[in-house]
Parts: sequence; structure tokens; C-alpha cells
Amino acid sequence: MSKSRVLKQNLDKNKKGTNKWTILWFVLPALLIYVVYTLYPIIATFNYSLLDWNGASGISEFVGIQNYINLFADSSFWQALENNMLLVVVSVFIQIPLGLVMALVLFSDVYGKRLLNVVFFLPYLMSTIAIGLLWVYLYSPESGPINKIATFLGLGDFEWLGNADLAMLAVLIVIIWQFSPFYMILFKAAIVGIPEELYEAAKIDGASSTQQFFFVTFPALIPTIVSSSVLAVVGSLKSFDIIYIMTGGGPGNATEILGTYMYKQGFVNLNMGYASTIAAVMFIIAFIAVVIIQLIDYLRKKKGVFL
Amino acid sequence: MKLINLPKKICLYILVIGILLFTGYPFVYMIMTSFKSMKGFFLDPFSLFSGSLTLENYSTVFDMGIGSYFTNSLIITVLSVLLVVFISALASYPLSRIKFKLNRPLFLLFIAGMMVPMHATLIPIFLLTQNMGLYDSLTALLGPYIAFSLPISIFILTQFMGELPKELEEAAQLDGANHWNIFWKILFPNLAPAISTIVIYNFLYLWTEFIFALTLITDTGSMTLPLGLQDFYGEFTVNVPGLMAALVLASLPVIAVFIIAQERVVKGLTGGSVKG
Repeated sequence: MSKSRVLKQNLDKNKKGTNKWTILWFVLPALLIYVVYTLYPIIATFNYSLLDWNGASGISEFVGIQNYINLFADSSFWQALENNMLLVVVSVFIQIPLGLVMALVLFSDVYGKRLLNVVFFLPYLMSTIAIGLLWVYLYSPESGPINKIATFLGLGDFEWLGNADLAMLAVLIVIIWQFSPFYMILFKAAIVGIPEELYEAAKIDGASSTQQFFFVTFPALIPTIVSSSVLAVVGSLKSFDIIYIMTGGGPGNATEILGTYMYKQGFVNLNMGYASTIAAVMFIIAFIAVVIIQLIDYLRKKKGVFL
Repeated sequence: MKLINLPKKICLYILVIGILLFTGYPFVYMIMTSFKSMKGFFLDPFSLFSGSLTLENYSTVFDMGIGSYFTNSLIITVLSVLLVVFISALASYPLSRIKFKLNRPLFLLFIAGMMVPMHATLIPIFLLTQNMGLYDSLTALLGPYIAFSLPISIFILTQFMGELPKELEEAAQLDGANHWNIFWKILFPNLAPAISTIVIYNFLYLWTEFIFALTLITDTGSMTLPLGLQDFYGEFTVNVPGLMAALVLASLPVIAVFIIAQERVVKGLTGGSVKG
């Protein structure tokens, strides 16, 4: 057998005969872990959501959709859902614009950009638990600097986290502090990607820097704005740590979000069935958000429209 | 020309100083407070520099065992990240380089995991961990940590591998190399940029992960750093400087890494979230 024939056989063997088993061996470790720790648990959650199941006694009983009926009549659930939506609104209308402003500042001719680059980004690098604890003390009515400033400005002092009307606002400020830098780096990456020629052409046409922003920079950033906005929905469903550590959902249920409410029902009250119902609803909302993301993405690519 | 720009400049600097105070002040407060004595703090909680600075809080925090939380976090984070890199690279090889029927559906199944809220898996994972006898040990975290890091890692690696030139493995195919050799000897060494992205992304996520640690670990000896901080909070209610010292220590490693490898970190973080 000539050498070239051996070579050809080898190539054919590799091209056609890629054995199903070979593929399986490569994918198997990932698939196994994914099935055990993600897919199975999701299915199990839906299954448990149909049970009246007290974790303390261990007795469970099939109740069909009763948990869902109870959930939709549960005012704490609606309060939590409302707060989750508030998180989304705040990230779309405050964090994303603030992130954009921060990114633009870093592209302006401001002095000390190297330092600003680091300081602006720092909050995003701290663990949420550390952030929560730090701000609990910043808000402290007795020794916290925020009240000191509020008093100095003549606003009076407040029991920030203990006041049902202020607690959510207080927590939202912390969330803005933590996540604006994240949007900042997204925008920085997007701005770097804008071709220099566009600005040059705009300058030749006599566009002022404001016009350059609205006619060159901003349109180029719309895809980033759209995808970050929709990602905010999923992000809000994943949030838990900051509320858990700062207020535990209180006072009352003023700062409750779905994540903390689910945890409370499942691991504090041991209503495993009811908690699973909340978890299942969270999954469904995330799923719907994803479908919407995909749809927007599809329309954008098909028709070239910016939604 | 210069004069017209002056008001604009002033506005810009007011804006910059405003943002700088908002983002930077909490850090200044945290660091300065961590060096104050309890007495100094209560006499004057707001001054940036109190008369006497002390390292006493840091030694207190070490005496209370922050070292053990640190070690636990380091072990579980490094181990998970290493395994994630290897497992996701393995899975991404056929997904990006071999054509087979389930190629696309399998890829989509994996990346759909990015959107799953942890809470939707929490109770079953809690029960599963108990049944496997892993509850309250550091190993309990390994499964969920890998599972929740896989989707983004497979996404990044599959995209990256898909863009590598076909010629890379063709010569090896002619020589009759098997898939394992092609993957391990030819492709894997070319993945460095994508791997650095997923290492940074997952390291940051796992170093700060809280909810799985909270549900699967109650034993102080197995606690990770975020869980340990929560524990300190319970014991330190009045010792604000002590808690601040703990927060500084917990945040330091990530901030140090960021300052040293700024561009890489930013790339790692955006690589994970900017799509198409």
C-alpha cells in the first residue's frame, strides 16, 4: 500500500467514521454534571411544586396546582415580584445610563484617567456579601456617615434600613453602586469597537461633539443597551445576596424579592413544596425573558431593526 | 475657543468628582475604619484619620479564623475553575470541530443554563447533597459550582474553537491522529486566550458565590469567605472596625489581581457577557 493511500484512508476514517462513542466521551463529563446539578433539579423543582410538603415533618402530599393558586393569592409574592420589577427598572433607567456616563467620562480628556479607570470599577469586584455589610454600616443610624451627610444637608436623620418606606431605596442605591461599573465596561468595550472613520466623517461634516455622540456613538451602542436591558430581567431573578444580607427582605416584606422569599419559605419556614412553587415561577419568568431576548435578536438580525 | 470650553470642562469635572465620591468613598471609609481602635471609632466614626491607627483589628480577624475561610474559598474556587476549564474544553471540542446530528441542540441545551436562576435548583440540590452524604463539607459545593460555570465556559470555548483554522488539525488527521490527540496536543494549547477569559470570569463568580454555600454548609470549618463574613457580622455587631478589617482582607485579593492584570480582567468579564 502506497503512503498516499494510507494517508487518504486515515483522512476518510476521520471524516466519516467519527464514532458516536468518541463524541460521547468528550461531552459526557459536562453532560453528566449538567444533568445532575441543573436539568434534574429543575424538573424536580416543578415536581415538588405540586406537593404540600413540610420539610420538618418530612410528610408530603400531592396537592396539584393548589400551591400555585395560593401563590397567586399571596400578597407577599406580589410584593416580591414588584420589587424584582423595580430592580429591572432601576438597572435599565439608572444603572445603564450611569454606566454609559462613566464610560464616556473615561473616553473624555479628563485628568487622571488611569486612576478613574480603577476606582470606577472597584465596586464590581467586591463580593456582594462584603458590599452588603459595608453599606449596612454606612447606613447605620448611630455611627453611619450617610446620616451624618443627610443631617448636614438638613434632611434629618433616618433609620434607612429599618424604615419600610426607605429600605428599598437604600438597597437600590447599593445595587446601583455595585452594578453600574459592570455596564461601564460593557459600554467601554462597545465604544472601542466603533470605527474611527465614522467620527472623522462626522467631523468633516462639521458635527459638534454633542452631535457626534447622538449620531455616531449612541446608535452604535443600541445593541449593547438592548441586550443589557433584557439581561437585567434574568439578573434580577438571580439576585439574592444583597437583600438577604442587608435587610433579609424586611422590614415586614418591604424589600422582599422572589429569591429571598423562596429561601425564606423553603429553608426558614421549611415549606418545601411552596418554596418550590416560587422557584418554578422564577424559572418560568426567566424562560419567558429568554424567549423575548431571542425574538428581539432574531428580528434585529432579520430586518436590521433596533427594537 | 478655550474659553468657550471652560464651562463644559467645569461641568465635566463636577460630574467626575461626583461619581468618584459615590464609588470611592465607601472604600475609603472601609479602609480607614479598619485601622481605627474601637474607642477611636466610637469617639469619632467619621474622621478619615483618627489620631491613632492600629493593626489590632486585623490580628483580631485572623484570631477569629478568617484564614480558614480564606483557605476554603481558595481550595474550592481553584479546584472548580480547573475542572471547569478541562470539562468545558472537552465538551467544546466536538461541539465546535466535529459535525454530528445533535451538535446544535446540545450546544443550545448547555448555554440555556446561563439563564437558569439558582433558586430553581436549590431545594433538589440541597436534598441531593444530603443523600450523597456531602452536606456540610466543602465538596458539596463542587457539583453546583461546576454546573453553574459550565454554560458560559462552553459558550466561550465553543465560539473560540470554532474560529480556529481547520488546517490546524488536518495535518494531524492525515497522520491518523485520534481525536484525543488532536484535542489535547493540537487544539488545547491554542486555547489560552479563551481559557484566561473563563478562568477570570469563573474565579470572580465562585470567589463571591453565596447562595449555594449558604444552603449546603453550616459547619464553621467548611465555610467559604462570603459565608465567614456573614458569620463575623453576627459576632461583630458592635465591633465595626473589626468587621471592616475582615471586609478589606476579603476584597483585597480580587482588587490586587484587577490592578495587576486590568485589561485581562475586563476582557474576561466582557467576554462573558457581550454576545454577537
